[in-house]
Amino acid sequence: MSTIKLTRPKLDAGEKIYFGALIKGFFLTLSHAVTSLRGKSIGAKGLNSTGLGVTMQYPETKWDDHMPEYYRGAPALVTDEQGRERCVSCQLCEFICPPKAIKIIPAEIPSDDRWAKVEKRPLAFDIDMIRCIYCGMCEEVCPEQAIYLRKDYAITGLTRADMVHDKKKLYEIGGVRIGLVNKWNELK
Amino acid sequence: MSDTPSATAELKLPKDIAAEKGLVNVQIDGSWYQFPKGTRMIEACRQVKVDVPYYCYHPKLTVPGNCRMCLVQMGMPPRPAPGQEPSRDESGYEPIGWMPRPAISCANTVAENMGIRTTGELVEKCREGVMEFLLINHPLDCPICDQAGECRLQEQSVGYGRGVSRFVDMKVKKPKNVDIGPRIRLDDERCIMCSRCIRFMDEVASDPVLGFTQRGTHTTLSVHPGRLLDSNYSLNTADICPVGALTSNDFRFQMRVWFLKETPSIDVNCGTGTNIIVHTRGNTIHRITPRQNNAVNSTWMPDSHRLNFHYIDSDSRLTEPLTLSNGKHTSITWQTAYQHAADQLRKFMPAQIAIIGSARMTNEELILLKTLRQTLSVPHLSLVPRLADPDQLLIAADRNPNTTGAQLILDTTDPYASLGTIRSAIQNNQIKALLVFGEDLITDAGFTHGELSNLDFLLQTHLLANPTANHAHLVLPGAAFAEKRGSMVNLSGRLQRLNRAVEPPLNAKDDWEIIRDLISAISGDTAKIFLIEDVFKHISATIPAFANLTLSKIGHQGTVIAETAYKIPLLENERARIASGVING
Ligand code: SF4
Ligand code: SF4
Ligand code: SF4
Ligand code: SF4
Ligand code: FES
Repeated sequence: MSTIKLTRPKLDAGEKIYFGALIKGFFLTLSHAVTSLRGKSIGAKGLNSTGLGVTMQYPETKWDDHMPEYYRGAPALVTDEQGRERCVSCQLCEFICPPKAIKIIPAEIPSDDRWAKVEKRPLAFDIDMIRCIYCGMCEEVCPEQAIYLRKDYAITGLTRADMVHDKKKLYEIGGVRIGLVNKWNELK
Repeated sequence: MSDTPSATAELKLPKDIAAEKGLVNVQIDGSWYQFPKGTRMIEACRQVKVDVPYYCYHPKLTVPGNCRMCLVQMGMPPRPAPGQEPSRDESGYEPIGWMPRPAISCANTVAENMGIRTTGELVEKCREGVMEFLLINHPLDCPICDQAGECRLQEQSVGYGRGVSRFVDMKVKKPKNVDIGPRIRLDDERCIMCSRCIRFMDEVASDPVLGFTQRGTHTTLSVHPGRLLDSNYSLNTADICPVGALTSNDFRFQMRVWFLKETPSIDVNCGTGTNIIVHTRGNTIHRITPRQNNAVNSTWMPDSHRLNFHYIDSDSRLTEPLTLSNGKHTSITWQTAYQHAADQLRKFMPAQIAIIGSARMTNEELILLKTLRQTLSVPHLSLVPRLADPDQLLIAADRNPNTTGAQLILDTTDPYASLGTIRSAIQNNQIKALLVFGEDLITDAGFTHGELSNLDFLLQTHLLANPTANHAHLVLPGAAFAEKRGSMVNLSGRLQRLNRAVEPPLNAKDDWEIIRDLISAISGDTAKIFLIEDVFKHISATIPAFANLTLSKIGHQGTVIAETAYKIPLLENERARIASGVING
């Protein structure tokens, strides 16, 4: 280990009584206060500020339209252009999910169903949002492009059970996504 | 030639040394090994842990050599000109002349001074080519295919395939999701035409209902018109199908195989003691598959036994000790239950008590049952026989899994002998208290409701709600075969182990612990055995056939401890086929 010796800067008399610097600080703060009162703070627009300065009045105002494309919020299931649920319950996401947040009960699609040729779909699909760490592994592993991390980030609930997103909720969040895998739909 | 013996030995050629032992020298990937004459090349490679991929080959079936995945490069020494001595290297091996074309290793047998190359450009190109052809029309259903995770096509595609497809045309469409039998689903697009299932049904199950129709890329596996794949061995075809073309209806979409934990155990549906693997996730059994044991079940298993596990997870499981008061069963604690049993039994003379056990119990449970009998000085102890037609393959007439074990432990040739005596003694009121372990007397032993209501005290341990339990003053919930450890002896005298794959539900208990606790409640003796290993130690100390054994020494393939005349018919068939050279075994 090498030792570096620092020489303290020599202070002159004015600097030794720090009162001057204190006054300077007061003026700086005051000037910020004035800019803020005039609504002219730097970055106020970009941060969606409401009221004074750069403060965003959350939750009245939200981040939503400022979210970048790559934002990773709650994982959700999506349907394809024909309203078919993309997920075939292959359970790869359940396997890969690091905190084991996903629980799937697979089931066979009855032969009179419109999508009977897909043979398999989830009977139940639960994601425990207390466990989910928003890592995006599920999205990455899915061979059917059925699960995506959406922009929902404010996942709240009053009980543990509230925090488990079931299949219905997941499709609600997910919506429709037009993707590439078209092995099962009528386009193929 | 020198005349000193050592020099003669030195000059002996490797081929002569091997020939003396009936072996031949084979070079595999550059190293020399010796194998018995007639060994298939693929088996030779497997024995020395050299990996050769294959699909259609199965050691228990004939070899059609149709998948071409097992291609290797083969070489033999060049034939010397007449009168010319072959040249040899310093170790005495002749140089190998490699053939320019590959050979299938499953159908060819090894020969003296043969060379096998399982690597190299030729072999790798061949495998890539075979994989590419197999995948041309393959549907890639992996996300919905039950075979995914244990699929040879997946594995070998990763291991030996070329990675990308060059095929641009439409794939050939074939029937999917075809119902060909009550327990098997067929997906023809996934079939790679290895014909293993066809050969199995023909050669082992003797019910040749499967076959190929059409030709070329349109070749389709189908079941004979008007017939179904409904043999009691049909699920074995799903086991040996290297892909997901044949899958089990029972296991269909239940669980992905990569979640399953495998526990080796044995089947308890008959005296054969088929070796099995119990596949579980969490505390749920998802499927049972046969485990290879060439002295018991080869690699097969009957469907009826394989599927007989759903009761373990059913609603009719008993999960709490129950006592009968005012005609209704209410749950009590184990402690109260044992105390209650001990108090009740004190009210009877030993001659008024009888014990009925089960030959579905393990050796450990049976030896404790014997101790219980001694503690109570009970004159009558019997087990319940369970006989049905044998199937001439694996299913034995004796549907109890541990008759031989009971004979050894209870030291009697007929452990079922006194069942009739007990029954008539109940009828004429000589027996007033009955302890029943693991049997439902009304369904399985033909007892009547009247006889059972004759009793002043009836204790039953069982897994499931049953008619006998309705009369029982005390019902104790036991553990199913997949929930306990222990050992059993099959009809051919082989001692085998059960292993615990799942936990018993709620308050149900392992049966040996129930008997142990009953004994100590009755005798007041609190010196307890805590490990099943110690119960086994007791067996090996007291029963000569078990001498010097421990539970761990039994091993996964079992140990023969008794001589019996019983022959497993399926193994007899297999031995005949090995002897005639049709299969390798
Ligand atoms: S984002 Fe990560 S933690 Fe959340 S469900 Fe997907 S894999 Fe699991
Ligand atoms: S990986 Fe995709 S298709 Fe598979 S279960 Fe998850 S969401 Fe469904
Ligand atoms: S047989 Fe194998 S490769 Fe074919 S779909 Fe099933 S898992 Fe995938
Ligand atoms: S169904 Fe399976 S076992 Fe039968 S021929 Fe096809 S791939 Fe082979
Ligand atoms: S394993 Fe040899 S040809 Fe199929």
